[in-house]
Amino acid sequence: MSTATPTDERIHSRGLFERLFVRPEIGALAAAAVLFAVFASVSPVFTQPASLATILYGASTVGIMAVGVSLLMIGGEVDLSAGVAVTTSALTAALIAYWFGGNIWWGVGLSLVSALAVGALNGWLLTRTRLSSFIVTLASFFMLTGLNLGVTRMITGGVATPSIERAPGYELGRAIFASDVPVFGVNIKITVFYWIALVIIATWILRRTRVGNWIFASGGAPQAARAVGVPVRATKIGLYIGVGFCAWLLAMHQLFAFKTVQSGEGIGNEFLYIIAAVVGGCLMTGGYGSAIGAAIGALIYGMALKGVVYAEWSPDWLKFFLGAMLLAATVFNVYLQRRAARGRAR
Amino acid sequence: MTQRPWTRRALTALAGAGLVLTLAACGAPAGVGGADAPTTESGPTLKIAMITHSGAGDTFWDIVRSGAEAAAKKDHAALLYSADPDGARQAQLVDQAVDQKVDGIIVTLAKPDALAASVKAAVAAGIPVVSINSGEDAWQPLGVLAHFGQNETVAGEAAGAKLTELGAKKIVCVIHEQGNVGHEARCDGIAKTFTGSMERLYVNGVDMSNVASTITSKLQTTPDIDYVVTLGAPFAMTAIDAIADAGSSAKLATFDLNADAVDAMKAGKIQFIVDQQPYLQGYSALDNLWLYKTNGNMLGGGKTVYTGPQILTQSDAESIAKFAKNGTR
Repeated sequence: MSTATPTDERIHSRGLFERLFVRPEIGALAAAAVLFAVFASVSPVFTQPASLATILYGASTVGIMAVGVSLLMIGGEVDLSAGVAVTTSALTAALIAYWFGGNIWWGVGLSLVSALAVGALNGWLLTRTRLSSFIVTLASFFMLTGLNLGVTRMITGGVATPSIERAPGYELGRAIFASDVPVFGVNIKITVFYWIALVIIATWILRRTRVGNWIFASGGAPQAARAVGVPVRATKIGLYIGVGFCAWLLAMHQLFAFKTVQSGEGIGNEFLYIIAAVVGGCLMTGGYGSAIGAAIGALIYGMALKGVVYAEWSPDWLKFFLGAMLLAATVFNVYLQRRAARGRAR
Repeated sequence: MTQRPWTRRALTALAGAGLVLTLAACGAPAGVGGADAPTTESGPTLKIAMITHSGAGDTFWDIVRSGAEAAAKKDHAALLYSADPDGARQAQLVDQAVDQKVDGIIVTLAKPDALAASVKAAVAAGIPVVSINSGEDAWQPLGVLAHFGQNETVAGEAAGAKLTELGAKKIVCVIHEQGNVGHEARCDGIAKTFTGSMERLYVNGVDMSNVASTITSKLQTTPDIDYVVTLGAPFAMTAIDAIADAGSSAKLATFDLNADAVDAMKAGKIQFIVDQQPYLQGYSALDNLWLYKTNGNMLGGGKTVYTGPQILTQSDAESIAKFAKNGTR
């Protein structure tokens, strides 16, 4: 910016392009738009309202977790136990209802407590041992996987929990966690609305509150943050508790939608959440990203996964397409951001 | 931030490569996936979706799928195959088939509770649904028209009777997926008709070295075992080596076959194979949907149509071998 009258570069007004593209999520949004256009052009089924509802539902089951995980990644940590933690939460509620035979809502409530406790434990172990979150949550991943199978077999003698359909309180739970909401004649799963609500809350926290600043600071420069009085340890524990809450919410959906819980499920899903966050612009190193970006990342994943089916492509190649699209979306995102950032720094 | 030019170029190249990949992803399958696409010259065809709980690259499900593909080819139908071992995601695949307004759905009900709502929705949308392989106890209330599969207890009973006939005294039933209900039912069935004593052995099916070492150590600690029964052909192949390693004289029988197992049976290394005829499950399901759409027929009379058990011994090996090589047995 060499102009005749030297201006303070801090107050120079930025062009529309760079103002847009320095935001972590805009590149992902552009990638999502391209992906949507591609599928819309090859498959007429893809753009039907009912198909869009199915895509949104698929995206929401990843997106709900991606909210918690993206905040955690902005805070500089990962959680490899997030996938099985969902199954753990669902099992906890189902097994408590089965064992004590009372109202299912006891199970739902205690499951929330245990999910938050698992999150707090992850965070506490991490900050206490000062090990990397990769190791700590890898350990809890294995422990939860083992607990899921072991406890389920011990209590029920099988690998899946008995149906909760006849438990008192089931209808209410189904209405809250697993109902369809008709919008213009199309049934949209309620998880889509929870997902949107979580994204709004997370965005508000990140942008408008002191806690949001703490999260960015804890992830970007933990030492400096600690030096200026940011409660880094509490922030990180809080972020893990946030992941626990998201896991509980998704778990309750699965419990009330499917009535039984398979103890072996959820393994590998943690990577989907991380992928959604990264595609959406979160940095693996922390300190940068957004909840909206993670939501778009989840949407890209949902569109790619469902789009391959709607386009009637051979499913043998599905994983390859998925990987290629995720790579393309991420690279596109990074490219646009760098371009915008370069424009600003010059 | 400043960027060196090469970084910029590399990024541009990467972005370009990514976009090309995306484009390739849209362009290629039209040709590659052509096998699954309807043939245009034969006019209007049926579009049948087949949705299983298979993991990627499982040989058993390849046989089911090739059965369905053969029937689809004969009936001029298009087969849309998809699979997801996760119950919730398998249910979403059923939802997608409904969105696609297919003419029929073939589904496995390994996790009936997860699939119930989606299958009911498909039935409510007027799409005929048949189930295969798993879900013998669950298909009727969902409005599914027919079920093609094997009753695992009946299959186990057949194996138990055969073992008794062969004079086995003490056997071990090797379960490679701990807690799989179908596996437990097979071993329960064996225990019901087998007159000798039976023990269960749990091995980790996704780790073959674990399977081998567990079977070997079991045979070393209990040398009077005279028969090992595995519940899948790949585990039988591992068991052959494990039995040899243990220096045991135990014989071997297995559920489900593949080409290697048939060869081993021909060589006398496997005494018999209990086959549920997966090819028949895929073929019959698709063919019956075609009959239902074109002539209103449906097999089974509201009861499960059994595709097994068929007990194969060394004398069958010769004739079966060439089919197994084709990937259809």
